Parts: sequence; C-alpha cells; structure tokens
Amino acid sequence: MSTSVLSVDNLNAWYGAAHILFDVSLNIGRGEVVALMGRNGAGKSTTLKAIMGLIERRSGAVTFEGRDISRLDPFRVARLGLGYVPEDRRIFTELTVNENLDVGRQPSRTWSDGNPAPVWTEERLFALFPNLGAMPDRPGGQMSGGEQQMLTVARTLMGNPLLVLLDEPSEGVAPVIVEQMVNTIVALKQEGLSILLSEQNIHFAEAVCDRAYVLEKGHIRWQGEMQALLADTETQRALLTI
Amino acid sequence: MTIDALLFQALNGLASASSLFLIGVGLSIIFGVSRIVNMAHGSLYMLGIYIAYSCATHIGGAFGFWGGIVISTLLVAAIGAMIEIVLLRRIYRAPELFQLLATFAVVLVVSDLTLWIWGNEDLLGPRAPGMTGAVEILGRRMPTYDIFMMFVGPAVLLVLYWLLARTRFGRLIRAATQDREMVGALGVDQARLFTLVFALGAGLAGLGGALQLPREPANLAIDLNLIGDAFVVVVVGGMGSITGAYLAALIIAEIKALCIALGAQTIFGVSFNFSRLTLVAEFLVMAVVLIVRPYGLMGRAQGLIRTLAIPEEPVRAADAMTKGLAGIVLAVLVVMPLASAYWPYATVLGIDMLIAALFATSLHFIKGPGGMHSFGHAAYFGLGAYGAGLAVKAGGLSTMPALLVVAPLAAFAGAALFGWFCVRLSGVYLAMLTLAFGQIVWSIVYQWETFTGGSNGVVGVWPQGLLADRSIYYWLVLALTVSGVMFLRTVIFAPFGLGLRAVRDNPLRAAAIGLDVRRIQWIAFILAGTVCGVAGGLYAFAKGSISPETIHVGRSIDGIVMVLLGGLQTVSGPVIGGPLFTLLQDTLIRQVSYWRAALGIVILIIVLVFPQGVVGSIAHWRQWLAERARRPA
Ligand SMILES: Nc1ncnc2c1ncn2[C@@H]1O[C@H](COP(=O)(O)OP(=O)(O)OP(=O)(O)O)[C@@H](O)[C@H]1O
Ligand SMILES: [Mg+2]
Repeated sequence: MSTSVLSVDNLNAWYGAAHILFDVSLNIGRGEVVALMGRNGAGKSTTLKAIMGLIERRSGAVTFEGRDISRLDPFRVARLGLGYVPEDRRIFTELTVNENLDVGRQPSRTWSDGNPAPVWTEERLFALFPNLGAMPDRPGGQMSGGEQQMLTVARTLMGNPLLVLLDEPSEGVAPVIVEQMVNTIVALKQEGLSILLSEQNIHFAEAVCDRAYVLEKGHIRWQGEMQALLADTETQRALLTI
Repeated sequence: MTIDALLFQALNGLASASSLFLIGVGLSIIFGVSRIVNMAHGSLYMLGIYIAYSCATHIGGAFGFWGGIVISTLLVAAIGAMIEIVLLRRIYRAPELFQLLATFAVVLVVSDLTLWIWGNEDLLGPRAPGMTGAVEILGRRMPTYDIFMMFVGPAVLLVLYWLLARTRFGRLIRAATQDREMVGALGVDQARLFTLVFALGAGLAGLGGALQLPREPANLAIDLNLIGDAFVVVVVGGMGSITGAYLAALIIAEIKALCIALGAQTIFGVSFNFSRLTLVAEFLVMAVVLIVRPYGLMGRAQGLIRTLAIPEEPVRAADAMTKGLAGIVLAVLVVMPLASAYWPYATVLGIDMLIAALFATSLHFIKGPGGMHSFGHAAYFGLGAYGAGLAVKAGGLSTMPALLVVAPLAAFAGAALFGWFCVRLSGVYLAMLTLAFGQIVWSIVYQWETFTGGSNGVVGVWPQGLLADRSIYYWLVLALTVSGVMFLRTVIFAPFGLGLRAVRDNPLRAAAIGLDVRRIQWIAFILAGTVCGVAGGLYAFAKGSISPETIHVGRSIDGIVMVLLGGLQTVSGPVIGGPLFTLLQDTLIRQVSYWRAALGIVILIIVLVFPQGVVGSIAHWRQWLAERARRPA
C-alpha cells in the first residue's frame, strides 16, 4: 500500500450523552478509494463528520497528510485539503450553481511530497458534470435531487481536495445518476485523489472501491480487500443485507 | 388639506424612509447570518451620532462634517467587530435568549460610556456644509439636506445589493445565512466571516447615526428608542432581506407622513388629530403585516436553518433540599419587617424585590414552559398598575378591590386581546409583535392625557386604611407574590403545563396528538398577563404614583434580564432572578455613579461564567458533584 494520507486511530464520538462510535480505526493511502459500509444507523456518517471535526464530543487520533487534525476546526481541516460531501447534500438553495461552486473555492495545493494536486475549475467540473454546465445560473433550490447531488460533489472539488469524504452519493437518486457517480469516482481516482466512500450498496462500492471497512453499531467488524468482501457472503449477510 | 400638501409630505416621507432604512438594514444583515438579535444596534447608531458630532465640532468645516460621517462609519464598524470578537463569538452556542442578554449588557455599557465621554446634555450638531439652504417645491421650502437624504437610502440599498449579489463576501454571507456549518466545512473561516458581517452591520448603524446629526440632537435616549424602530423595519421587511428593509421603511415613513398631512380632521362630527398616530403608526403597520404575512414582506418561512444551539433540558420538580431551602427563605421573608427598626429601608427594598419576583415569574411562565419570547411584558404590568391606580383615583374604589379585581382584569383584557394575535406567530417574529403591542400601550397611555395624566402619570395612589402601614403592605405583597408564584408553578406541573411544554418542544407533534396548540398558548399568555397585572397593581401602591415609564420597553427588557439571570430551565429561576436583579440595580444605583455600566459588566460576567443562568448553573454543579461522589475513589 502506498503512503497513508488519512489515518484514524481509536476514534470515539458522542451525540450528547449517546456514545455512537467505539474505537474506530482506519487507514487510506494516496490514490485509494475505500468503502465505509454498514447498515442504516451503523455510524458511517458519524465517522465522516467526526473526521471532519463536525462533532463536538470526540476522542482519538486523526492524522491527515502527517498532521494531527483531531483538534482542528472544520474549516482548518478543509483548508488542509480534506473535502467533505454531506449525505443530505446541503446545497445553498438561494445561490446559483456558479455561486455554490464559488463558496467552495480554495487555492490549489500540493501533496506533502511537493507534487501538485489536481486543480479544479468551473470548466473542468462542467466537463465532468455536463448537467451542471447547462444550468450555471439556476438557483440550487430549483434543481432535481440528482443535479443537487452532482453540485454538492462539484462544490467540494472546487476546494481542490487531496482526499474526499463522500457520504452515500448513490442514496435516493435515479440509476442514471448512480452510474454517473460511478464514472465520476473513477475519474477522480485517475486524477490521484483519495476517497473515503460511505456506502450501503455493495454493487456501487464494488464498482469503485479497492478496500472496505464494515461498521456495525459503531464498531468496525470487518476490513479487507473489496474482492474478499464480495466473496464473503457470510459477512455480507451478517453485516450488510437487511 | 391640498394635494400639494400631501405630495410635499410624501416627499418628506422619502427622506425619513432613508433614515429608517439605515436604522434597520444593519440589524437585518447581522441577524440573517448570526441569528443574533443585536439589542445593541441602537447603541451603535447612537455612537455614530456622537462621534460625528465630535468630528464636526472639533475638526470643523466641510471636512469635519463629511469626513466625520466616514470616520463614524468606520469607527462604529470597528467597535462592532470588537464586540463580536470579545463577546458574541463565545456564545454562539448559547440559547438565543442568552445572546440577547449579552447584547443588552452591551447597551448598558455603551450607554454609560457615552455619558462619560459626552455628558448628558443633548448635543445639536451643525448643519451640513454646502446643504444649509432649502429648495422651493410645491410652494413649500424643503431643506436641501432632506433632499440629499432621499437619495441616500436607495444609494446604500444599491451598494449593498451589489455587495451581496456580486462579491464573494456577499455570496458567503448568503450561504452562511442558510447553513453556516456547511460553509465552514468548505474551508471558510466562519469566525472571520461573522466578524466582518458584524462590522458591516455596525458600520451601517454608525452611518445612519452620523447622517442624522443635522436632523436631531445627539442624546442618551436614542439607544433604546431606536431599537423599536429597527426591529419594526427588520420584521416588516423580513429578516435578512435588504430590499424588504427598504420597502418597510418606505411604507412606514409614508404612512407617518400621511398622518401628519391629514392633521386634525373631523370625521362624522368627531374631531381626531391624525398626527398623534405617528407614534404608533409603525407598530400598527407591523402588527398588520405580521398577521397577514408572518415572515415579513420579503421574508421567507425559515424552515431548515441549521443552528448551533443546544436543546433545552426539561424542568424538574423541586427536590427535598430545594423545598427545605424555600421554607427557610420564606420564614426569613415573613419576619423581615421586624428588621425595619434597625434598617428602615428593608421593607421598601423587600417590596420591590417581591414584586420583581412575581413579575419575573409571570414572564418566565410564557418564556420558559411556554417557549414564547415576550418583549412586551411591561404592557401587562402597566395595565395592572394603571388599572389599579385609576380605579382608585377616577373610580373611587378602595385599595383591595383595585388590587385584587381591577388590576388583574385590566391585564387579562390586554393579554387576551394581544395574545390572540401573538400566538399566531413564533420565534423572533412573536417577540417583535409583543414588543409592538407593548409600544402601542405605552403610546396610548402617554398620549391620553385627560385620562392617564400623560407623561406626568397618576399620583397619590397610596394604599388606604390598614395597608397604609408599610409592614402590613409588605405582608400583603408577600402573600400575593407567594400565591401567584405557587399558582403558576402548579399550572406548570399540571396536565395543562405538560401540554404547554409539549407544544413548545414540538408544535407539529403536539397538534398531531390532538392538542389545540394556539388555544393552549393563548391561555398561557392570558394567565401570565393576568398574574403580571397583580404585580403591576402592587407596584402602583408601593410607589404611590405611576408614570408611563411603568410600561416602557426598558421594563420589558429588565424582565427578560431577570428571567435569564435566574435561568430559563428551572421554575425557581425567576423567583431568584427577579429579586437579584432588583438588588443589584438598587445597590448599584446608590453606590456607583456609572451603575448601568457596572450592571452591564456584571451581566456579561454572568453570561460568560454561568451560561445556564444562576440557578441552572447551581443545579448543574450539584449534579456534577453528585456524579463525582457516586464514582468510586
Ligand atoms: N444528530 C444526532 N443526534 C443524536 N443521534 C444521532 C444523530 N445523528 C445520528 N445519530 C445516531 O447515531 C447513529 C449513527 O448514525 P449515522 O448517521 O452515523 O448512521 P449511518 O451509518 O450514516 O446511517 P445511514 O445509512 O442511515 O445514513 C444512529 O444510531 C443514529 O440514530
Ligand atoms: Mg449516513
């Protein structure tokens, strides 16, 4: 495995008094696409939020590109090159597509070894998501769910991230959009980006991911190669299928 | 009245609209992003006038005046930024009302700071150099400066519009208005954004104040007088909408102008002076707009605003220890008049503190368990006070019936009428409507000289007979206060109180399980108002006189401070918060010349150290200690 971009050690997280994550540890290498799987309520979104610093009460170590980010404010985490795509999209409905993208804009950055990371512009993103290019002045509130899903990914890419935390991009969108999301993730991987993908759907994960972690009730119960998980129907039945 | 006169007044209205717009627009922008209702907005405006005055008189000439406007704007913007950095940044996660309390503390501090720097004389600034003349329009003379002012509002509106629509800063403001957490997750430093937004809003207030210098003298009452105007503009226009703010300012200014143009008219044989309506016109407009369009002219229902505040905890019934403590305190209170041999002031202060406890408890009832934030609770206090006072003076009743029947009835009537409208709204909009009704009551009392005595009020309403003895009156106050508090307490823990809290926590779900949300809230409003009326009646006889100050918005705010001091989440909070506030105020007034600043600083310390109010924090510590004791060593 290549050098680690993000490593999480014994992450615990709480909502108020409710203990949700228990000693979650995971690792993502440069250019790797890793699935974080589990049933509804397993703690996938909570893991991504806790990495991002969006959860008030948490403990454990989070290292990104060699820096300890476990005590940083979310905006500082984002500025180090960690992109976050929320599960409920959270588009700015009053702002147009172009304006939404502008909010996400950050300077270009380099990897810790000094090599430049991919740089995203509106033109490149519109090439990746032609639907968005067709409606640059449409307010976010007047877009379909699938279009909003593309916009939320594009908005995060405007920050030129090194790693993207992608929370269930396939949830509640049409099969065409799901297919487009698969292509997008493959394209991002080719650019050299790392991705931590929260996902319930094993077919989606299979299409894009190298490795997988499976959560159950806030504990990591399984980890390994994606192929191994596909072959392991026992684990799938125990931890994934409903 | 001629058409010309009407048109001329309409033009005048345009100039006033600009002033009004500048008063409100900064508040609207600040609220939009930070969700903080900045009570200190009027103070910032006041600083703008004073700073402009100093520049105009010390530097002098055209540069002193016009440069002074720029200097005021920038300086007040810097002060706004400082307030955000030093204070507000620490309390974004605190409950909404705590933030209000903090900004109110700023009002107090700024007020005394202004007094200290500029003194308490009204300061009349020079006329605008280059605009001292007047222009003949429609056969009347209109000051050149007023014509200039007509254009200022639209010009500022255009600049702001450009800023919000065309710059990245503006985009970030609009994005943060909807979802500030997401903006942060995209790498935007919210703290810096908020500071800049505060600076912008404060700068606009400073600009508005500075531009007003040639039109009215700088004085120390501006801060609180203005906050009403600012709220009205923001609420009528719709929170966060700058275009709405201008529209609101325009409508209000034109209606006022129309009232002045109409002047005294005889309708169906009754003569009525319309110019008197100007004092209440804006509040009437607000009441009408809020009822027809609950989110203001250009505002939108704010469904999914993500806030950072922590949800409130449920109130708990008192445990044995608290009950024992209450018993001891009560025993001390009963024997307190005996101390008056050594300390005559004890009963006087005791009466004030008890009345404050009843006043605060009645306000807490609708605020805490009711979840309705009232900014106009002084109205019911005033109705009770005037009801009792006038029943004695004009109606010839004796003390007891005036106190026990007329005072609560007057407040009941007011609460029933106003409450019916108020429960149709929620959140900040409800708060503003209560403020509007409070101001309407104040204006009526103030202007109806033949009945209420106008600004002189009603004098010579001392209690009669046995009650003339201070100690006996004290015991009456104690008995009524304890009964009032116990009554509201019983209601809170009765099924009605459970329903009320269910409605507060989730109106939709409460409605779904068959609760009549509005009816429950309305009854709560009326109960609180009626009990508050008794407090007002007690106050009238305690002071022997009543003035419109009894109903002033300042008293409503005092009430909020009392409730917050005690803490919202406990039933005993207001019983302690009210007297504590009275004691603090009383001690400070007599010992410290700058008592407002001192009180403000005390409040700020309380806000920063006890974010759950005094009683709430004590409860919190007790729980913490208990948990520690339970853990094995
Ligand atoms: N804001 C919150 N407050 C309290 N508990 C929460 C909150 N958000 C999530 N939870 C709880 O935390 C647990 C984990 O939730 P999380 O959203 O991380 O699950 P998930 O794996 O992302 O599920 P899904 O596939 O449904 O998105 C669940 O039990 C959920 O009920
Ligand atoms: Mg989730």
